[in-house]
Amino acid sequence: MVALPSRHRSLILLAGVVLLQVLLLAVQIKRDSQGRLIRVWTVGAVSPFQRAGTYGVDRVRGTWRHYFALQNTTRDNEELRRENDALKLQITQLESKAAEADRLALLLNFRKLHMDVPMLGARVIGASAGTATETIDIDRGERDGIKRNMGVITPDGVVGKVIEAYPNTSQVLLLTDKDSGVGAMLADSRVQSPVGGTGEPLLYMKYVPNDDSVDNGQRVVTSGMDRIFPRDLPVGTIVDIKPGNPFKQIRVRPAANLERLEEVIVLLTLHPLELRTESEAASPQTPVASKTDKATAAKP
Amino acid sequence: MNDTYDIRGAESHIEVHKFRAGAIIGTLLLVLFLQAFLPLYVPKAEILDLPLLITVYFGLSRRNPSTGLLLGMAIGLAQDSLSGPTVPLGLYGIAKTLIGYLASSIGARLDTEHPAARFALTAVFFTAHQGLVNLTRRILLGQPEPWFNMHLLIGALVNALVAVFFFMLLDRLRKS
Repeated sequence: MVALPSRHRSLILLAGVVLLQVLLLAVQIKRDSQGRLIRVWTVGAVSPFQRAGTYGVDRVRGTWRHYFALQNTTRDNEELRRENDALKLQITQLESKAAEADRLALLLNFRKLHMDVPMLGARVIGASAGTATETIDIDRGERDGIKRNMGVITPDGVVGKVIEAYPNTSQVLLLTDKDSGVGAMLADSRVQSPVGGTGEPLLYMKYVPNDDSVDNGQRVVTSGMDRIFPRDLPVGTIVDIKPGNPFKQIRVRPAANLERLEEVIVLLTLHPLELRTESEAASPQTPVASKTDKATAAKP
Repeated sequence: MNDTYDIRGAESHIEVHKFRAGAIIGTLLLVLFLQAFLPLYVPKAEILDLPLLITVYFGLSRRNPSTGLLLGMAIGLAQDSLSGPTVPLGLYGIAKTLIGYLASSIGARLDTEHPAARFALTAVFFTAHQGLVNLTRRILLGQPEPWFNMHLLIGALVNALVAVFFFMLLDRLRKS
């Protein structure tokens, strides 16, 4: 039998390995299979380091804030005392404005309308391992009641949805990902159009006809049509409008700071979120589960 | 076994480097962790492709095409796994397999220890890697992406610069 030269052996190995991976890709596309076992192993191997890293960074931050950053406290205190009197006056004015702001706060409105929606707080422990996708990893998983397609928000607005739930962690597809989308509408005119990601920091509002009047600075909120997010959650603000064919090209700045997420809220329900009227919302409700009572929230 | 040895005879002086036990696996885990962890606190770090850098480094150092391509495959598949279900297993795997093979093939022919050579090679490999990812997306997944943009150019230069210093650190893992 003729022995193959070393260079040919490695070429054959290269061809075999690439072919195997092409077949693996083809199988995933054909069967919509996600190679879950390999992913579970890899995530299981890396997530303990991510948890430890997040914990370590938090400890270092805490130490810095509570000790080293206090070295100039005496000097700062003198300055702060001088500012204190002026601030007291401002606080009085702000308190009256805060009452008005409360009525307008979308988060408050959301809570009033959806007191029965179970929520779970989660800490962000990782980000996407590549540039091809925009995801984050959170420290709650199937054992906490999280399932695929659950909505993820922050008090500022929509973040994305759960695309994979592992036993102790989950992956969240951010709104900015190319494959991401949310049912949305303009807050003022109620013109509906999905908003999706482009892989860049800004979102894209897709199907607003040229005839509709849209202005920069208009707020975009969820429409509830995707049956993942309830209506009227902040999605973002319009920052750029260009005429297109046949739809306007509208760029939206996300309401939530998707580049600096530390904690998020998972909506622990896969049922379409029914809207209730203000009067219904005013009646006594089941308390909302928060990150401080996760065990309760995790129960379906 | 010798720690380093000449693979092309006494005239070329191209050495194959061995590493401390567990150095490759340890570095791989650390890099995957950093790749997923750094952007949380430094969003701009997303531009770095640390798994690619270690694929290139170990390829250039080991200078064995079979080892290089298998290592590239393992790193790429691990990166695919951590990128979520929207990235099919094999997208980075194929690209890094080919880069691992190319790096170790080039490493067996050239002296790649000089920082300038490492800078240039990493920039080229980064561009080739992105090209391979785009090609795979285009042909196998039907997801066309632009071949070139400013982000790619900046990414190539930043990764090449980081590679020069990162490779110096990794050199310390070699058996002396």
